[in-house]
Amino acid sequence: MNLFPLWNSLRIAGISTFIIFFLGIFAAYYISKAHRVVKGILDVVLTLPLVLPPTVVGYLLLRVLGPNRLIGSWFLQVFGLKLTMTWWSAIFATVVVIFPLMYRTSRGAFESFDETLAYSAQSIGLSDTYIFWRIRMPCCKQGILAGTVLAFARALGEYGATSMIAGYTPGRTATISTTVYQLWRTNDDELAFKWVLVNMAISFVVLLAVNMLEKRSYKTPVQKEDS
Amino acid sequence: MSIYVDVEKRLGPFRLKVRFSAGNEVLALLGASGCGKSMTLKCIAGIEKPDKGIISVDGRVLFDSVRKINLSPQERHTGLLFQNYALFPNMTVLQNIRAGARREQDPAQREKLTSEIIESFGLSGLLELYPAQLSGGQQQRVALARILVSSPDILLMDEPFSALDSHLRFRLEGEVRQVLRDFGKTVILVSHDRDEVFRLSEKIVMLKDGTVDTFGSKDEVFANPETRNAALLTGCKNISRAVPIDDTHVRAVDWGVDLKTGSGAAKARYVGIQTHDIRAGEGDNSIFCRVTEVIENPFSYTVMLTPVGAANSIPIGWKMDKAAWAKMRSECVRLNLPPESILLLKS
Repeated sequence: MNLFPLWNSLRIAGISTFIIFFLGIFAAYYISKAHRVVKGILDVVLTLPLVLPPTVVGYLLLRVLGPNRLIGSWFLQVFGLKLTMTWWSAIFATVVVIFPLMYRTSRGAFESFDETLAYSAQSIGLSDTYIFWRIRMPCCKQGILAGTVLAFARALGEYGATSMIAGYTPGRTATISTTVYQLWRTNDDELAFKWVLVNMAISFVVLLAVNMLEKRSYKTPVQKEDS
Repeated sequence: MSIYVDVEKRLGPFRLKVRFSAGNEVLALLGASGCGKSMTLKCIAGIEKPDKGIISVDGRVLFDSVRKINLSPQERHTGLLFQNYALFPNMTVLQNIRAGARREQDPAQREKLTSEIIESFGLSGLLELYPAQLSGGQQQRVALARILVSSPDILLMDEPFSALDSHLRFRLEGEVRQVLRDFGKTVILVSHDRDEVFRLSEKIVMLKDGTVDTFGSKDEVFANPETRNAALLTGCKNISRAVPIDDTHVRAVDWGVDLKTGSGAAKARYVGIQTHDIRAGEGDNSIFCRVTEVIENPFSYTVMLTPVGAANSIPIGWKMDKAAWAKMRSECVRLNLPPESILLLKS
């Protein structure tokens, strides 16, 4: 059993999650502070990939990143770089598909943050950067971690958009999900089943991690009485 | 003059328009909920931006809409104490206080400030605890320490006792009074509790629907509230609409009686009398009343009385200690409302 698809899936999911961690958090932070109307519009636009079929996302990506299209042709001319059909092309697809997951969960976490903490911090002179990294993020830690793990799990399973933009080349762009499809198509049922088990094992562990994160809240030890 | 505030801000249908000033003293903003007390505090701290106006502290301009000055909350040096104390839940008591000292650049000086404040607030036993492990009173002490270590020019307190049980409130109020005395600069206290305001502050601004209703020294405002709103906020429970008869007589419409008052009655729109200023017996304003209800308080009775012969009148509340009422206990009482105790109120 050639383990390349596992390695490829993990690196695509890992890099995409890393990118989306920062993108999602900053989008969530700035949009939660935006004007109501702007918020409403951006919210819909940014959540769209969550409900669109992955093939539609793949199609739209190909329309801009394809070798004859706007961005794709520019990259080809300037850097001689083809943005599609490489292993890292899948990162474009994955980033778009998992963005809403990270964005939504972090926004939920930020919205439940008690703003009086930030106001008090400002009034005693703490910088906004300090407040963000040392107070807001630690207080919203759980929601953000849960979002990250969920995004990673979704990234591992991404198939539709990935297969359109990165294709299936064994040993080059094959991921677990595209491999399963290919093996099934070529009647290699035994190997397909092995990959299915691998995929299920990873998903199981990830979801278990999410559940544990959600249950572990701030420890609230016994309150002290005033005497 | 240590603080000067003159701001306007519109927020949907609500309009805030306040102007007041205070020296190195405790100024209370007193008013019903939704009157703009907290909004005013947030404007001073720089969390909310007024539409127009000026805010200055010790001659330093924090906000000026004409000169386009709007300092960030960090630059304003206003210590803001929230009713939930807003301690950072992810930091220990020590880390919370150190965070307050970060304005000080020199690390040695910073440590010195921190340990001094820990000493003076008696927090050395709590340093490694997290806010969730502290009692309400301890949280308040830590929050005050964290603010004072940041050496603010002014202290802003938003309902500082409302999160505490009533038996604690009184004790902590004493502690806070001492802290405020040591602080020695301007303090603005937002509250809806008249007793708390009376005990802690020297000057009072009474707000109503976003505007200043009454502004004066504590003693003036409590002894002689000029408006109906001010009278209500000082705890006056008996208020009746009034129609002036001459300069020393009004007709109290809601009680259905004519009253002799001090001079200045011609401008009165309302009259009021504190429940404890009412006497029994003959006098200038003696009114024969029927007892409609007797409400028992822990240490007194509030006897509700309706003037006999007046149609549709609202009852007058009279506070009596238990022994006195036990002796009197009757269906009808002759009340006396001393003219000098009658409050003449504008609307």
